[in-house]
Amino acid sequence: MGPDARGAPRHRRVLVTGLGTFWGGRVAQALEDDPDVEVIVGLDTHEPTVELERTEYVRVDANYSILSRIVRATEVDTIIHTFLVVDPTQMSNRAMHEINVIGTMNLFAAASAPRSTVRNVIVKSSTMVYGCAPEDPVWFTEDTPRSRPARMPIERSLEQVEGYVRDFAEDNPHVNVALLRFSNVIGAELETPLTRLLKLPLVPSILGYDPRFQFVHEEDVIRSILFAFEHDLPGVFNVAGDGMVPWSEVAALCGKRTIALPPVGTGLVTLPFRQLGIADVPREYHALLKYGRGVDNRRLKQFGFRYSYTSAEAVEAFIEAVRLRRTVGQSEPAYTYERDVEQFFRHSPAVRRDRPL
Amino acid sequence: MAAMVRKATATRSTSRTRRAPARAAAPDRGSDAEVVAAEGDDGGLPQVEDGERMMLPVPAERLEDPDDLEDIRLSDVNEWGRSERMRELARRLYDPIYRHWFRVEWEGLEKIPSDGGALLVANHAAAIPSDAPVIMHGIETELGRPVYGLADNFFRTLPVLGTLWNRVGGLPAHPDNAYRLLHQQGQLVLVFPEGAKGPAKTFDERYQLRRFGRGGFVEIAMRAGVPVVPIAVVGAEESMPTLFRVPSLARALGVPYVPVTANMLVAGPLGLLAYFPAKFKLRVLDPVHFDVPPNQERYSRSRVMDESEAIRDQIQVALYDMLRARRSVWFG
Repeated sequence: MGPDARGAPRHRRVLVTGLGTFWGGRVAQALEDDPDVEVIVGLDTHEPTVELERTEYVRVDANYSILSRIVRATEVDTIIHTFLVVDPTQMSNRAMHEINVIGTMNLFAAASAPRSTVRNVIVKSSTMVYGCAPEDPVWFTEDTPRSRPARMPIERSLEQVEGYVRDFAEDNPHVNVALLRFSNVIGAELETPLTRLLKLPLVPSILGYDPRFQFVHEEDVIRSILFAFEHDLPGVFNVAGDGMVPWSEVAALCGKRTIALPPVGTGLVTLPFRQLGIADVPREYHALLKYGRGVDNRRLKQFGFRYSYTSAEAVEAFIEAVRLRRTVGQSEPAYTYERDVEQFFRHSPAVRRDRPL
Repeated sequence: MAAMVRKATATRSTSRTRRAPARAAAPDRGSDAEVVAAEGDDGGLPQVEDGERMMLPVPAERLEDPDDLEDIRLSDVNEWGRSERMRELARRLYDPIYRHWFRVEWEGLEKIPSDGGALLVANHAAAIPSDAPVIMHGIETELGRPVYGLADNFFRTLPVLGTLWNRVGGLPAHPDNAYRLLHQQGQLVLVFPEGAKGPAKTFDERYQLRRFGRGGFVEIAMRAGVPVVPIAVVGAEESMPTLFRVPSLARALGVPYVPVTANMLVAGPLGLLAYFPAKFKLRVLDPVHFDVPPNQERYSRSRVMDESEAIRDQIQVALYDMLRARRSVWFG
């Protein structure tokens, strides 16, 4: 393995974190189709949820304590770090800290170990790092600092993660680091606090505010990660669809009406609904439902990336998929990972692997 | 109707294979136009020449081609939150006030560029400023160009008002917003460098310009490479004069200032909304061009402060000149 063989056929060995998540699974699936990619190793705490042909799955604990052994043994040259929690409702703050901060720390410790073979790192972050405040510009560029210091645990943890990314990039100038900050991701396969709100019969909004939202379709998310992988993009990039759509219009695009929550004591009003498990407007989203957030997506476009969906189109695609699913149910049978079966297909001498799949 | 039918058939006949190249080649909508404009001076970002290169296939479930942004958008709220329909409605409602209440007269309107970006800078007055709507309405009706007004972030925190203000062309005053509008989109941007200190001043300080901030507006104009067009406004001060302020109440409410106005004494609580029919006269001064290269990281602080001070002086001199010629507050 040369230090970096850019150009003509590269035999890349890729490590994907968060294989069990939507992000990691879909990225690994797409990488399997790329003949340049020789080896794909996927890490997660639980089994993959999508069917994979040749990706090797390794079960690890949440904070990747055995990671440096894996990196050394597999000699990967690229790490795609998708295992970052950006949905604050998914787990406790402590669990999130373990995954985001400690996981990333261990990952970079492994990647920067002496004689490490890692030359490319792609990290999935979120535009949440920009925060949300009335002082914000309409568009955040990659260099705009946030207006107010981070208070929410999720924002603080992402900020620390990005700190590790910056330190790593500084200490390892021979490694190409791409940090992708994704705007509100929307799509049928992915559940986020916003998609949950949009699936409610009445979409909660905050009285007197109609902020504008930017969305990025889940397909564009995967495409942008692969784009960063193919082109060895250096630096920080915002990933968000063109245009911003007022929240009331987002609801209208989904064929819903909005229900206004009071601007003060929003948390108090939604508390009973949250306790009953009917609906939750996480407190991280209160400011967002007042002021919205826009990010400048032009840097990635200057490097040649083309979005398939604008913000409005992403919302439309999402709601169409939701409607379809509601009518015909889950079209594909849910895949379950069977360790023995997967091992058989990958390693048994009985399986002929030389034929194109 | 016919157009709708045509669109529906066109959508159906577009296949997945045709979509990708059409997408790459089509002149993109919306903010893409700016990308082209911005590419010349993007600060040395390397250009990747393979925009049309095929991506790795990603499974897609969609069949139809969402080709036009306008087709699926339900409102006309643009990327700045401005809605031309709302703006039109606001213009219709405001026109009688502009014409018959304030009886606005302009002088030197031709000095405002008919195309390209320019930063409009004016003096700021009245407890609830009446000058911003007058300037925006005047230029939009007389010149047919949209004007984006930059206002204190405080506006954005107000329920209903903040959103309405945004829909009719108001924006939070952030340098990035001004730069993008001026440099990349060649728009007219209105800013009051005095900030909240202008409308907060009491009646005995009328037409005495406050400090012009730290000259940030000059720096933005330099960076964007656009001229500053100073505007002197007479009449706003008398439309809602502040008698005194209540700082303790302002602190308690968390607002920049709480004025007690003459309008309140005359009209009670209604005085919060009702302006006196002061005669408005506006004079557009000669545009100020800075011959400095745009897009610099920073500009000489002393140069910025000098230019800012010079523009402030110009407006102050013009105000004194106009006030000398004014016979009556109500009739001009």
